[in-house]
Amino acid sequence: MTDQTLMWRIAGGSGDGIDSTSQNFAKALMRSGLNVFTHRHYPSRIRGGHTYVEVRASNEPVRSRGDGFNFLLALGDSFARSEQDGAYYGNEKVKPLTESLADLNEGGVVLYDTGFFEEADIAEIRLEERAEENGWHVYPMDLRGLAREHGREVMRNTAGVGAAAALLGQDTGYFEELVREAMSGEVMEANLTILEMAYEQASEFEFSHDLRVPTGGHDTDQALMSGSNAIAYAALDSGCRFIAGYPMTPWTDVFTIMSQNLSEFGGVAEQVEDEIAAASLAIGASHAGVKSMSGSSGGGFALMSEPLGLAEMTETPLVLVEAMRAGPSTGMPTKTEQADLEHVLYTSQGDSNRVVFAPGNLEEAYEQTRTAFQVAYDYQIPAILLYDQKLGGEMRNVDVDFFDREPDPSLGATLTEEEISEAAHHESGKFERYRHDPDDGVSPRSVPGQTGGRFLASGNEHNAVGHISEDPDNRKAQMDRRVRKLERVRAELDDSEHSHQTHHGPADADLGMLVWGSQQDTVFEAVDRLNAAGHEVKALGVSDMLPYPETEVRGFLESVRECVVVEMNATGQFRGLTQKELGQYGEKLASLLKYDGEAFEPGEVVEGFESSIDGGQPAAGNMRFVPAAGD
Amino acid sequence: MSTFTAIGEDREIDQEEFTPGVEPQATWCPGCGDFGVLKALKGAMPEVGRTPDETLLVTGIGCSGKLSSYFESYGFHSIHGRALPVARAAKLANPGLEVIAAGGDGDGYGIGGNHFMHTARENHDMTYIVFNNEIFGLTKGQTSPTSPKGHESKTQPHGSAKDPVRPMSLSLASGASYVARTAAVNPRQAQEILVEAIQHDGFAHIDFLTQCPTWNKDAKEYVPYTDIQDSDEFDLDTGDRREAAETMYEAESRLYEGEVLTGRFYHDPDRPSYGEEKRAQGDVPEEPVAERYFEDGEWERTADRLIDRHT
Ligand SMILES: Cc1ncc(C[n+]2csc(CCOP(=O)(O)OP(=O)(O)O)c2C)c(N)n1
Ligand code: SF4
Ligand SMILES: [Mg+2]
Repeated sequence: MTDQTLMWRIAGGSGDGIDSTSQNFAKALMRSGLNVFTHRHYPSRIRGGHTYVEVRASNEPVRSRGDGFNFLLALGDSFARSEQDGAYYGNEKVKPLTESLADLNEGGVVLYDTGFFEEADIAEIRLEERAEENGWHVYPMDLRGLAREHGREVMRNTAGVGAAAALLGQDTGYFEELVREAMSGEVMEANLTILEMAYEQASEFEFSHDLRVPTGGHDTDQALMSGSNAIAYAALDSGCRFIAGYPMTPWTDVFTIMSQNLSEFGGVAEQVEDEIAAASLAIGASHAGVKSMSGSSGGGFALMSEPLGLAEMTETPLVLVEAMRAGPSTGMPTKTEQADLEHVLYTSQGDSNRVVFAPGNLEEAYEQTRTAFQVAYDYQIPAILLYDQKLGGEMRNVDVDFFDREPDPSLGATLTEEEISEAAHHESGKFERYRHDPDDGVSPRSVPGQTGGRFLASGNEHNAVGHISEDPDNRKAQMDRRVRKLERVRAELDDSEHSHQTHHGPADADLGMLVWGSQQDTVFEAVDRLNAAGHEVKALGVSDMLPYPETEVRGFLESVRECVVVEMNATGQFRGLTQKELGQYGEKLASLLKYDGEAFEPGEVVEGFESSIDGGQPAAGNMRFVPAAGD
Repeated sequence: MSTFTAIGEDREIDQEEFTPGVEPQATWCPGCGDFGVLKALKGAMPEVGRTPDETLLVTGIGCSGKLSSYFESYGFHSIHGRALPVARAAKLANPGLEVIAAGGDGDGYGIGGNHFMHTARENHDMTYIVFNNEIFGLTKGQTSPTSPKGHESKTQPHGSAKDPVRPMSLSLASGASYVARTAAVNPRQAQEILVEAIQHDGFAHIDFLTQCPTWNKDAKEYVPYTDIQDSDEFDLDTGDRREAAETMYEAESRLYEGEVLTGRFYHDPDRPSYGEEKRAQGDVPEEPVAERYFEDGEWERTADRLIDRHT
């Protein structure tokens, strides 16, 4: 499978338009009938710094980045230059080329811009010799010069795409179409000319490589979007009409998409002074009867701890999203990790009383965001969607029909005025918003402005009408009721036709892998390869972090002899959670960990798994293997 | 007519409606200034014509935060310092509500200071009452942001080396459009100011001097007080920022010299509230967002509006 896919990388400086060029490239390939998947890598700098995006494309489904890549378009980092003296910072200039070459597969194709890289640069990095050693096919072209000649220098990306299309045997029709849709007037004309000229010029090379864009066809209309898009769209389709936030990478993507669309959808978006305010605003709006959300990444989410507890105690429905990046502290802002699991499960004082979902891919992100809203409002409980830089940023094609869904504006357990008039009240006229007796733990609420619905919402322990109470019997009854809600959520999720947990691989395999969140589809691809290579292994992708899907995971673990838990953190947080929730399996669960800022590649999982079942050899590269207890 | 029938209801209102049957008797210490706020607020509500069901009182944590327990309305007793962000979102969600936030000097000028600055800047249409007793009451008498320089407490055994916060100056500089100071010992003025503050369409901040006889024994009882509107010394045009700033500075300084200056310090009736600004630029719908959830009507779908751009 690896061999038939195109794994195209565009590398340059951040600020060089790498992102949008790669999106267009991916979209054109999608329109041509291929499945596409993008993986972006960028430093935490606006200008300067080496960045790249990979587009993997195939006529088979692609649900993960590939192992390495086989086509490099190196544009050069045009901002790696000191303005004053015109000098380049150290070797920054050639970095997009050198760093990328380290991962380029044997037999790969290199297209680089001679308008940027000078002969001395190329000599310095020994490109020719290395190409020979690795069987690379190198095509130098003056992309900048071409762009300058027919338009402006910044259009070199267009030149690169045109040349790449020629080298890959793809006609430029779909690229032209995108240029026409996105631009107009002179700029459009110039880009079209450059696209064509670059295509023609590159066609004159004598091709020594065999790599070509595969051909494919889609049966249904496709849309190209990121995980962040899916989360935001699910929120909108859930009737969420209020968001408050404070920018922080990578959560900013969801915040931005919501902010750009909410007013069109009749809602309100607020950028506020800090994350404590953001979460508090979401609580205030939800309390007043609007479906609301907030979110952040690790550091900002830490600031939300206390409001999160307030939502639990006042039983204010609330959806938060947490986009993980590498921690601790500021960590590596643009790098991915799955190390906030424990933070999100337990932060805030007292027994935690929340729902946490960690979707495994784009479709799951949409589904589980919708479920998060439904559960939050039906059970008056905070629901948190936990994802990461990888899932939020990667783009994939998905069936347009997938989004053909009914909106869900239900406020859940919220009464109408008529219902309030028939509901129980304290003799003084206060509405009993926090009754002890509901079986499912959910005592329906009113919202301010409704006649006869007055109650007090308090972060202090409180009685049926919400007034502060430290009476031990009331305390126990209120705690029991709040805890009961989670049991009911678990029962509802277990009864649902669509489990959030995903099985992959042969059911009778006796070796297993457990994975959660964004690493799921990478592990699934590894499972396919391992089975193709003669192993018998299956995987379970878990999304319900809290309440934990005990029955499903126990069933899976009972069916295997050994199991490797794959996750991107240093301490095996999900493995720990699993042992805690199931109270056993310490001797069965090993960990394959990675925490260098880069997600697993499928090939790494294959390697890590193979070496681990050989008796726990140290895993290759930056992976770490922790054997099961007692091994 | 609102979907929420309590909102805009036109009827006689008795101030006794604001006494909760659950906790009719406030349990503040005898002589506590907080009683004065409660009384003035109960008195103001019938005057402004708002009922308990259409009023949301959001409080912070402190002795002052208990106001929501002793005042009958929809209440939200939040967490320390966070009353303002909860309150202003409720107002954005349902502008029909009468939203009042309240808390202590520690709550509002210390831990919640950032929210104070930004809520004033944004000029949300709400009233903010700060119980300024120059002390942390609930936690038993530690030095607060408004405690005088040199104030000794268990946590400042050698006396505070900090100059106190200037609440009104801070409020004005941040953007509040109504700023007043009153005192619990002056119930008539307090009620009048509360009425004006609630009626004001913007962020109305009241620095409410509330003596704490339990922990702040050496602090003045805020008597005698001078109403700057009645004083010959001041001829303040409350619409003039510069004059207001000077007068506030005087009042804030003299408080620590034993002279209590109260009254209206700033009032800009023309500055549009945040909600008005947002509605004018089409950022917030004309109809209260909360009402939609209780009415029949079509809901927008991403399938119809957003997916096309991804194909
Ligand atoms: C985050 C947090 N920190 C500290 C406290 C403890 N605490 C409760 S009230 C308070 C200060 C009260 O002073 P003030 O806000 O002036 O209110 P007062 O009691 O004087 O009315 C403190 C420090 C808390 N509840 N939450
Ligand atoms: S401690 Fe002070 S502020 Fe608190 S109730 Fe007693 S007198 Fe009032
Ligand atoms: Mg105080």
